[in-house]
Amino acid sequence: MRDITGFALMVLAAIVTFYAFPYSLAFTTRVVIMMIFVLSIDLIQGYTGIATLGQAAMYGSGAYAAGLFAVHVSQAPLLGLAVGALAGGGIAFVSSLVLMRAEGLTQLMLTIAVAEVLREVANKFSAFTGGSDGLSGISPAPILGIWDFDFVGKVGYIYAVAVLLAVMVFLKVLTSSPFGLALQGIKDSPARMRAIGTPVMRRRIAAYTISGVIAGIAGALAAQSTALVSLSVYDFQLSAEAIIMLILGGTGRLWGALIGTAIFMSVHEVAASVDPFNWLFIIGALVLAVVYAVPQGLLGLPAELRRLVRRPQ
Amino acid sequence: MTGVATGKGLEVRGLNKSFGGLVVARDISLRLAPGDRKALIGPNGAGKSTFTNLITGVLQPSSGTLTFDGRDIRPLSEAGRVKAGIARTFQITNLFKTMTVRDNLRLPILERLGRTARGFRRADRDAAVEAEVDALLTQFRLADMGGRVVSQLAYGQQRLVEMAMALALKPRVLILDEPAAGVPSSESPLIAEAIAALPQDLAVLIIEHDMNLVFKVANRIIVLVAGAILTEGTPAEISADPRVRDLYLGAHHG
Repeated sequence: MRDITGFALMVLAAIVTFYAFPYSLAFTTRVVIMMIFVLSIDLIQGYTGIATLGQAAMYGSGAYAAGLFAVHVSQAPLLGLAVGALAGGGIAFVSSLVLMRAEGLTQLMLTIAVAEVLREVANKFSAFTGGSDGLSGISPAPILGIWDFDFVGKVGYIYAVAVLLAVMVFLKVLTSSPFGLALQGIKDSPARMRAIGTPVMRRRIAAYTISGVIAGIAGALAAQSTALVSLSVYDFQLSAEAIIMLILGGTGRLWGALIGTAIFMSVHEVAASVDPFNWLFIIGALVLAVVYAVPQGLLGLPAELRRLVRRPQ
Repeated sequence: MTGVATGKGLEVRGLNKSFGGLVVARDISLRLAPGDRKALIGPNGAGKSTFTNLITGVLQPSSGTLTFDGRDIRPLSEAGRVKAGIARTFQITNLFKTMTVRDNLRLPILERLGRTARGFRRADRDAAVEAEVDALLTQFRLADMGGRVVSQLAYGQQRLVEMAMALALKPRVLILDEPAAGVPSSESPLIAEAIAALPQDLAVLIIEHDMNLVFKVANRIIVLVAGAILTEGTPAEISADPRVRDLYLGAHHG
């Protein structure tokens, strides 16, 4: 029931945004894509307890795969998404074979290393990827041959929202399933999970791969909506900011990823236009305030407020 | 009476484990047959936890054999040994602390049924699983606690959840690692009661410091000192053994 309300609010917010900011659709589309990316991190960080600062590895690979596929094979958007998903999942699966053997800080460092290595690879093969000039020539064909991308970005926005909804439904089902419960068990106590007979390593690899598929989809969407892929898709900053958005909204609850991303990016957008030099200060203050006042993230705000109101009695 | 060599149950023979020059298990042999209630006692550092870890597959023995119903279990992983029927509890409560009691019990049941790889259908809607959760809650007198997050439970109750989780795996051998550790003496009878109510054909090995509990629930006691078995006998024999009194009981009952 709660989830149905959540989905209804989500669709409503998407519609209101569409009509309220008709000239900012490029930005709002970026927010939606980022939401998908942050959701992919919530699955591993929030649900499974895997530490990561290198999710850009899968995002970037999804972006390049979809971009190259568009330039060399087909401009069909949904096919491009599938290729991006495959690339993200593939990179996640292969790297997880090493990453999931590590824990904590070591794991964190290794995830960063994977993204950096991939960036170097993309840079080295500049004849293929365009290197620091970026990969151009992406020009998505109409979706399913029907809806053509317009220059204002209306179709692009609706397309991104549709993908976000699909990802959200998928993750809701997955996280309430026995597999999802097992992931939370692994986060709480890997030792106990082994003691009840769970192949913990295999579950972690599966979670990381699924998360990679979703990050790859986000990357592919980004490539299609901006019609450009540059080396910055592998940026450390992308991974780090996404984690901040997740913490801001609240981890391990999916909705938190959406709220955190929307607020972080909106504040960023407004603050950067008001003061292009000191906007980072505003973001920093916001994060500090939330982490200090509501450690559960903004999603925990109602409960925290109720607690405050009840206290005087 | 339980020593008949039918090959049934867990059999440990000549088990050794050393870390470099440090010997932590020395030529340990013991049998756990269905229905056994054995206790493993010994002073701190005697190697009781190491022994648990060797049986459950957390550690690999340096030498010696481990068989279960005649089958060599040394190549099996931790998870593999659980599937074979060997379950354990933890000395320091090791629950899924952010989950409800029900979820803590659901997980081992789902795992036993081989369902935790399933990514569709809700985890909390299977009638058979829910009925089993209810039965466990009733058996361990936690019926009112199902919806609580485990970290909100009294410590004694957390120890009961600990045991219920292991039992949810329907094991044939159950290793209870200090089931009453940290439990206030007022709640200790609850633990003894829960152990007494375990299925009759289950083989149980209790590793425990609380002598009252050991004498109440075990019919054979094994004394471990410096990684080796000092002696094994009935509770009466053990409490009459002067070596045991000196080494171990003296400190508590002196």
